[in-house]
Amino acid sequence: MRHSIRIAVGPVHFRIGSDWTQPIAALKQLYVSYPQDEARPADATVRLFAARPWRRWVRPSVHIGGDFVVPDALPLPLSMGLLAAEMGMNLQVALGWRRHMLLHASAVARDGRALIMSGESGSGKSTLAALLGEGDWRLMGDEFTLIEPEGGDALAFPRAVSLKNEAIAEVAARVDAARLGPLMTGTPKGDIRHLIPRADAIAAMHEPARPALLLFPRFGGEAAIESMGEGEAFVRLTEASTNYVALGEAGFAALTRLVRETPAFGVSYPDSATGIALVEQLWAEAAK
Amino acid sequence: MSAVQTFVDLLAGRREASTLEPRDWDGVIGIARSEAMLATLAHRLEVADLPPTVAALFADQRAAAAVAQRQALWEAEMARRALAPMGIEFVLLKGAAYAAAGMACATGRQIGDLDILVLATDIRRAENALLNAGWEWVKSDPYDDFYYREHMHELPPLIHKSRDRMIDVHHTILPRTHRITPDALALVSDAVTSASGFAVLNPADMACHCAAHMLADGDLQGGLRNLWDFHSMTWEFVAANRGFWDQLGARARLHGLQDAVQRAARLSRDLYGAVLPAGWNGPETTDCWFRQRLVARDDWGRVTRPLLEQAFYIRSHWLRMPPTMLAQHLWTKWRKR
Repeated sequence: MRHSIRIAVGPVHFRIGSDWTQPIAALKQLYVSYPQDEARPADATVRLFAARPWRRWVRPSVHIGGDFVVPDALPLPLSMGLLAAEMGMNLQVALGWRRHMLLHASAVARDGRALIMSGESGSGKSTLAALLGEGDWRLMGDEFTLIEPEGGDALAFPRAVSLKNEAIAEVAARVDAARLGPLMTGTPKGDIRHLIPRADAIAAMHEPARPALLLFPRFGGEAAIESMGEGEAFVRLTEASTNYVALGEAGFAALTRLVRETPAFGVSYPDSATGIALVEQLWAEAAK
Repeated sequence: MSAVQTFVDLLAGRREASTLEPRDWDGVIGIARSEAMLATLAHRLEVADLPPTVAALFADQRAAAAVAQRQALWEAEMARRALAPMGIEFVLLKGAAYAAAGMACATGRQIGDLDILVLATDIRRAENALLNAGWEWVKSDPYDDFYYREHMHELPPLIHKSRDRMIDVHHTILPRTHRITPDALALVSDAVTSASGFAVLNPADMACHCAAHMLADGDLQGGLRNLWDFHSMTWEFVAANRGFWDQLGARARLHGLQDAVQRAARLSRDLYGAVLPAGWNGPETTDCWFRQRLVARDDWGRVTRPLLEQAFYIRSHWLRMPPTMLAQHLWTKWRKR
């Protein structure tokens, strides 16, 4: 393709091709400090392309393709090319990765132990992970957490954090502007701005962490903590995993072990400060 | 050399994996994924000298394919439990059949829907038995439903409501309206029992179906994989039975599929290096279009040559139905857009 870039996030090596220079330039800015290995073959391919040649220039719209495609996925305007790239990368991992069990969850780590947060879009898992990652936690990822089927360790997937709507101002107030990507307004997911993880989180992206606490956050409502049984955590995580079924018995064994060995809680919180306080409280108890 | 050529050469065993530059793998892996053949390649190169990250990716693919195959055979077992009590016998087709028979082409092969063949006289009862056992219609519009029932060689696809897996119930192997009418009764009555207990087509019929599916029915999408199936199975059948090519020729004539079968054999010779017996090597000037269509992918996995792709798409419809019916069908489909 005309423009391309190679990006390594955790164990996954992407090659991303584009008919336009803008998405690649934006990715370059976000991923400039990630480790580069030009000789390493790519595990996954993402293509950002114009459906018709003239649509490169006339009302340019970015179709998302690659090894795996979602039929009938709507294209995005070129101004949201970076979002298209992010969606393409997520798609390839969600549908193609088999080495680890994938959880649609954010994670942070401290002292080699991981806090995993799973929830729907809007639960605040990304925001909490981003804010914790600016404190004395290591950000492991805001979208996927990878569980090693053999040993049960969690592995990081620290792509650029996708901040949405109100979370943008909240995080932007605390970080150097150089760590923020361009603001994309009015996307199908609302306003989006990317945050480059801290250098130490990127440097440590291959270091596994032992799952120590599972949280299911819910943004909004009174502050509340609810202990969750193994069965409920298991069912919720099967829904949060994109490859649980494809992994067969290995997935079942990995997930069973995760919920047996890791205490789980549902957490409701009205604002980020309360959310973080609840997380720290539960961690202090769980990590004893 | 183009990535797709490298991919074909690696499959055929003409090229050593160790001679690839690290970055050559990008295109090879991309094409293998586009053709749904990455796990097949991973098996072919199981003991090859590979860059460590490629070896790790291939190991993932082999493990995942083994799980997928077990799931596909489980789905076949589910169909058996639904149909056997009604006394409906069925024959496994395509991927599930290759897996049930433990064939070489099954290792690493992606298996999509479960394809089964029943006698035309059993098709209504099979439909009812499956509906009673938890399968349901994939939502489709009345025209599609009518079209399947009137003109196709299979029921409209059914999906199982809890396992989310599709089943295609065939009563023959080419659409009713196709210019060629294979002998469906012979396919079922001459089926054989595989080691796993499931009925599968006999070797010659299996190769006929593979060729028909690739060359007489579709537009050659996924053609490299279908051709690999054909190449691998004919090689295996010949190794077990030296008279196989003659039997295949006779069976292809019975079904009216001699052109498709002979072309599949020549293409497997041209791409994968099959050795054909005398009488099968006849020159065929139009083969070049098929070869070009099969390898029309660039190193990003994109289909190149859109006009050729379009031409094969039109050809597939041309073979499937008479011209007036084709016109009606396209008109209905166009109005529904």
